[in-house]
Amino acid sequence: MTTAAPSAPATNRLGLTKQDYVGSKSTLCPGCGHDAITAQIIAAAWEMGLEGSKVTKLSGIGCSSKSPAYFLNQSWGFNSVHGRAAAIATGTALANKTLKNILVSGDGDSMSIGMGQLVHLIRRNVPVVYILEDNGVYGLTKGQFSATADVGSTLKHGDVNEIPPIDPCSLAIELGCGFVARSFSGNPKQLNAILKAAMAHTGCAIIDVISPCVTFNNHDSSTKSYKNAKDHDYPVHDLGFVQYNEVEEVEIRAGDAREVAFPDGSVVSFRAVKDDYDPTNKLAAMQAIHASKAKQEFLTGILYLDPQAPTIHHFCPTVDEPLATLPQARTQPGPEALERIMQGLM
Amino acid sequence: MTTSLAEGSATLVNDFSIEVATVNGSGSQTANNVLMRTIFQMGVPVSGKNLFPSNIAGLPTWFQIRASAKGYVARKHDIDLMICMNPETAKEDVAKLKPGAICIFDEPLKLDSLRTDLIWYPVPFQKLVTASCPEPKLHKLIKNMIYVGVAAQLLGLDMAEAKSAITKQLKGKAKAAELNHVAAQAGYDWAAANMPEQHRLKIVRDDKTRGQIMLDGNSACALGAIFAGVTVVGWYPITPASTVVEYLIDYADELRKDPVTGRPTVAIVQMEDELASAGVILAAGWAGARSMTSTAGPGISLMSEFIGLGYFVEAPAVFVNVQRTGPSTGLPTRTQQGDIELCAKASHGDTHHVCLYPANMEECFRFTYDAFDLAERLQTPIFLMTDLDLGMQNWASKPFTFPGKPFDRGKVLGEKELAELKDWGRYKDLDGDAICARTLPGTPGGKGAYFTRGTGHNEYAYYSEKPDDWTKLVDRLRRKLETAKSLVPRPVVDGEDRRGILAFGSSDPAVFEARDLLRAAGKETSYLRLRAFPFTAEVDAWLEAREVVYVVEQNRDGQMTALLRDFYPQHAMRFRKVLHYDGTALNAQTLVDQISGYEK
Repeated sequence: MTTAAPSAPATNRLGLTKQDYVGSKSTLCPGCGHDAITAQIIAAAWEMGLEGSKVTKLSGIGCSSKSPAYFLNQSWGFNSVHGRAAAIATGTALANKTLKNILVSGDGDSMSIGMGQLVHLIRRNVPVVYILEDNGVYGLTKGQFSATADVGSTLKHGDVNEIPPIDPCSLAIELGCGFVARSFSGNPKQLNAILKAAMAHTGCAIIDVISPCVTFNNHDSSTKSYKNAKDHDYPVHDLGFVQYNEVEEVEIRAGDAREVAFPDGSVVSFRAVKDDYDPTNKLAAMQAIHASKAKQEFLTGILYLDPQAPTIHHFCPTVDEPLATLPQARTQPGPEALERIMQGLM
Repeated sequence: MTTSLAEGSATLVNDFSIEVATVNGSGSQTANNVLMRTIFQMGVPVSGKNLFPSNIAGLPTWFQIRASAKGYVARKHDIDLMICMNPETAKEDVAKLKPGAICIFDEPLKLDSLRTDLIWYPVPFQKLVTASCPEPKLHKLIKNMIYVGVAAQLLGLDMAEAKSAITKQLKGKAKAAELNHVAAQAGYDWAAANMPEQHRLKIVRDDKTRGQIMLDGNSACALGAIFAGVTVVGWYPITPASTVVEYLIDYADELRKDPVTGRPTVAIVQMEDELASAGVILAAGWAGARSMTSTAGPGISLMSEFIGLGYFVEAPAVFVNVQRTGPSTGLPTRTQQGDIELCAKASHGDTHHVCLYPANMEECFRFTYDAFDLAERLQTPIFLMTDLDLGMQNWASKPFTFPGKPFDRGKVLGEKELAELKDWGRYKDLDGDAICARTLPGTPGGKGAYFTRGTGHNEYAYYSEKPDDWTKLVDRLRRKLETAKSLVPRPVVDGEDRRGILAFGSSDPAVFEARDLLRAAGKETSYLRLRAFPFTAEVDAWLEAREVVYVVEQNRDGQMTALLRDFYPQHAMRFRKVLHYDGTALNAQTLVDQISGYEK
């Protein structure tokens, strides 16, 4: 891979250090997969040079939903209602289209109570980096099964799940999501590249991250344990991400990898690990996901990518400026308009 | 034909009611509005009540029109002219008439054999339709316009006004208007040639509606929002609230396009449910937009968790509730003031919300407009409480005045103000009015970011479970309601009598009429019309000065009475509930009967 990031500078393109992107101290259990994800959100945001004031951190309720407090202290956070962060993201995106929205949810928050909202968030292609921290279990209520728990997985005290799981990635692809990825909290390098690519994506990016719950679902019979996830992590490609402002400085050897460009000029490159994998082929992606599931593997990487898919701002083509701060002169019709309407009603 | 009955009676000029019984989906709404508008255009105060079923086509529907020289626009109890077009309900429709009433009916129904004490006018509608319209598929629609012509002739309406009303009603559809002109004229001509004249009911040109407009409350609310600069709307279809946003979409298309780019300055998104609608508008309000939704009771139930969040994190948003008859699906096309307590206290835990109660078209417009200022000033959800009667019926009104003042965007700190502030905390009450300065995501300068959370928090928006932080927070939220009292519309008060009537919203026209009826019976009353919750000091003082207070409301349990008791336990003994909750609009006689009943 020739697109390795340049040696990490002490400051990013805004002159900020990584420390400028941290949040409050985590209150999750020591060793929680979510904290490893938080570390990569911080790293990716710093490396991308995101402007803190232009970022929102949105969440619902649950362990995962607490994590926006643990990164990007310079950004606006909104820890809202269980399963409803999708609506919060939609309202935020409509009010101010210049913001970069990062949403952290969990498998309970997204795949059960919030399923309806997630589905419609994807359908409307609301610009948001949607990180689904997936551990197959409700942590904050002390260890009940979630809807992503695999058949045959057990709870700490022995209950066996017999109901088939919902797979967030195949669901998102089916719904037409333009950026669908899976990763593992124990694979920081891959997660980092996925997060950066998702931050460059202009629509809804769904990232299912296997994130073991060390307290309630990390035992040997759990399919979402750290050991099981590590043993069955099957990356479909090595990912490279080159941000638009670096494209000309980094040489990408043609033919070496597949490349997909984002509207801003950033490029993500895919280098096959074993079999060639085309992340722009929706049917092949679905097939690969189902095949890996049969082999009880977690297929990881950017599984499907369509950076050009129209977003909610195409369906709702408001002016370029944030609606939130439009002055009265631009949002209030004049007295003559009211007079005209009154005449028409006489 | 039994016309002799009418000969002895005095003529009711500009003071009678008409009921038209038709089948839903037959296009009768257009015809009925034309009939009503014709009377309006002749300068006579008029009101219309469409009693429609929760159905697209096939079920019975009734439309009541009341002309009143005195300006009584509440529903009238008795029908003076019945137009029977629906075979299914004809017998019942005829049975409920008082002796001496006039009944126009479709000839084949042979209703005139049912009673001898009514004045009958059989009309061969089908023959007239066939003669006036060559296209059979339009016959069902045209048939209704024929009764407009017949009624116009019978009542002395000006056909030129009827035709102008048709053109207005079918604006932009020239061919349809022409067909309807022909049909109405055919009805008129046939009636002139074949029907004996009647002198019991007449409309005579007046000038009482000069300069007035006619529209429904949902249009008025939509206009209020448009002129308040609404920028984000999240909604989900529900009767009777859908047309608020549907009209808003139409008005926005005309009035809210950026002149330079042609692109809209408002985002209107139909969400997947009411939960999402509430989430969208609260997030948009949090991010700085002027946001709103429109819904009815079931929607408020679904939104309630989010409403509590909005109250607790202090995010502005406007919720228009066009109330209908509940609980459950209830009577979705009938009216009620059934969500008074629900909205005043929506969500779990201790919550109180500002509610506005418009009673007429001007207030529907103005209060919707004001709701956006209140939401941003108070940083909280604001409820605009109309109902189906206000929202979906047509009402005459004075034209709306342009609210020529700057929007109140509330306490929002920008980059400059933040740079000057040493110790900003999102929930620090610096001014003592319980309202704290907020910041908007996207504010540059590296200051002002904070973490909004539905969990317990301190003045700096940090998570806190400390008992002191919690009580300080919820006590301040309660104090914010005190601040709201200085901002919400004051009650409207009339009269000094110690016998008081307290009402709100769509009950107003019936109270206006009932007070005249009571006065005629020797009972003077004073009247306080509530226009907002929380109740202001004027309400307290007025209650204090009354001996007895008849609280008029359109629900079973006396929900406003319960709120009044809660806030004014010292006045509780004075309250008498006067209730109406059968789904129909309130009429004056109901009030007179109940109040008289208390005073026996």
